[in-house]
Amino acid sequence: MSDTPVSNNRLAVLDHSRLRAISGKADDERGRISVRDVDIVFDTVSGPHVAVQNANLTIRPGEFVCLLGPSGCGKSTLMNAIAGFVAPKTGDVQVDGNTVTEPGPDRGMVFQQHSLFPWKTVQENVAFGPLMAGVGNDEANSIARTFLSLVGLAAFANAYPNTLSGGMQQRVGIARALANYPSVLLMDEPFGALDAQTRIMMQENLLDIWSEFHNTVVFVTHDIDEAVFLSDRIVVMSASPGQIIADIDVKLPRPREQSLLTSADFMALKRQCLDLIRKETLNAFEQQNRAG
Amino acid sequence: MDSKSNAAIRTEPVAEPPLQPTVGQSAARESKPVLPTMQKQANNESRLPARVWMKTTGVRYLVRTMALIVAVVLWQLASTKGFHFYINFENIPAPSVVGAALMSELTGQEFYLHILHSLERVAIAYVLAVVVGVVLGVAMGRSRWAEDIILPYIELLRPIPAVAWIPLAILMLPTEQSSIIFITFLGALFPVILNTVHGVEQTNSVLIRAARSLGASRTAILWHVILPGAMPSIVAGLAIGMGVAWFSLLAGEIISGQYGIGYYTWNSYTLIQYPQIIIGMLTIGGLGTLCTLLVRHSCSPLLKWQAKGGRS
Repeated sequence: MSDTPVSNNRLAVLDHSRLRAISGKADDERGRISVRDVDIVFDTVSGPHVAVQNANLTIRPGEFVCLLGPSGCGKSTLMNAIAGFVAPKTGDVQVDGNTVTEPGPDRGMVFQQHSLFPWKTVQENVAFGPLMAGVGNDEANSIARTFLSLVGLAAFANAYPNTLSGGMQQRVGIARALANYPSVLLMDEPFGALDAQTRIMMQENLLDIWSEFHNTVVFVTHDIDEAVFLSDRIVVMSASPGQIIADIDVKLPRPREQSLLTSADFMALKRQCLDLIRKETLNAFEQQNRAG
Repeated sequence: MDSKSNAAIRTEPVAEPPLQPTVGQSAARESKPVLPTMQKQANNESRLPARVWMKTTGVRYLVRTMALIVAVVLWQLASTKGFHFYINFENIPAPSVVGAALMSELTGQEFYLHILHSLERVAIAYVLAVVVGVVLGVAMGRSRWAEDIILPYIELLRPIPAVAWIPLAILMLPTEQSSIIFITFLGALFPVILNTVHGVEQTNSVLIRAARSLGASRTAILWHVILPGAMPSIVAGLAIGMGVAWFSLLAGEIISGQYGIGYYTWNSYTLIQYPQIIIGMLTIGGLGTLCTLLVRHSCSPLLKWQAKGGRS
């Protein structure tokens, strides 16, 4: 699948007027996220667990932001607060000026794996969002076909997800999230379960698709290479309690290609992230040792 | 009867949706270019060539038929030779005698009336059990309140055998027909409820979150996520329920005054018509099997997504 050419004529198939009609705003005004003084606390058997502490973050429309940090640092939790799956204990999360209280189709979500409906064909999966938005069957199917050709899977419209490889399933997941023309795309380690080769192809594919939409992307990962390669900005989080400890601008030129991975600028950014994460991981170890 | 149905529920494998392709398969697909021709290849891979199919499946059905024939032959020998070593075959009519009796039953009208009455009762009881069972099962699977309220009744009532319900069924229900249907209904109900609860509780929470983030309402999530996800387990419950319905029917038809295959069997016993008893037993067995196959077959389109390489 990796060498599939992504449809060349997709400029023709994508209906940008629809995108603007849905938002009622110009492209560069939708997808502003603001996270203000957010604490997220979970009740556990051993008492309250602070997953995210005092998070403040503003993401501009059209920005590609990676939340980077060691596992268990609360980066997924913070994203789930933006998605509306968890409620902050204090503070609030706003998307385009509206306080987030529940999940909604304006925030498309791509999960790590196995999030396609296995009883729906690939096309039915992608058409699900438009159907829920109340468009007719025919239109939903035509939107689905458009987005499937965008991710290069038009030939698999009638296949069931369990017949597709992991990488193909994730591309269907991306198409499904985009089919609602969301202003924000939330991606929770979407390539974490893929092998290294496939992952790189998927990253390039994603940037390619994103260059078309330029919607806001929040991408959770613990992979430094992935974060530097993809994003405009890397927000680094520390573990227990989850706090934002650094906010790094990535001023690498776009479009980005694989050759970038070995450039000096890339390496410098990677080192910066590595040092931060290493310090945090050591801190976490020390804390655990003290606790133990 | 209910100890049997319990065992059936436990041993029946509840099919898990195969969410992940096998490693080999996924690796092979990953490296190939995505071309329309691949679909055709995948399709061919998933089906055995006709000749191999005939060989394997054909042979297996032959073995099954032979297994039954061996039993009939042994029974014939045991009956005609008067086998009596702890188990006594001396008074058991041989298959040849039963066969002759069956032939004469098949020429008359009475036998078909028995079958028709039983089919009618099973159909009504089963449809009621499926509707009530699935509705209660989904409610219990989705709501802790519903589960806490309904589960004690199920736990308490489930072990009661169908025969034990006969007096109460006669006292509580207006007609003989409704009493029999009630007893059959109860038999089918519990496996349907319990398997539905099991299926609903197994719903993958990621799929619910995905549906919510795609803008699905609670009702849409029920129809598009929870019910299809529970379907493999529900279908298993429907098949078990059909089997239990048939052996509950026999208990219910003890009180029948005139018709029904259970009544026929019971009546033959009181009249000491041994060949007819065996005909009745085998008819119940055969009809139960056929109905269960019918349920499985008519539900299979709902589960076609489970087949590897399945295409719509």
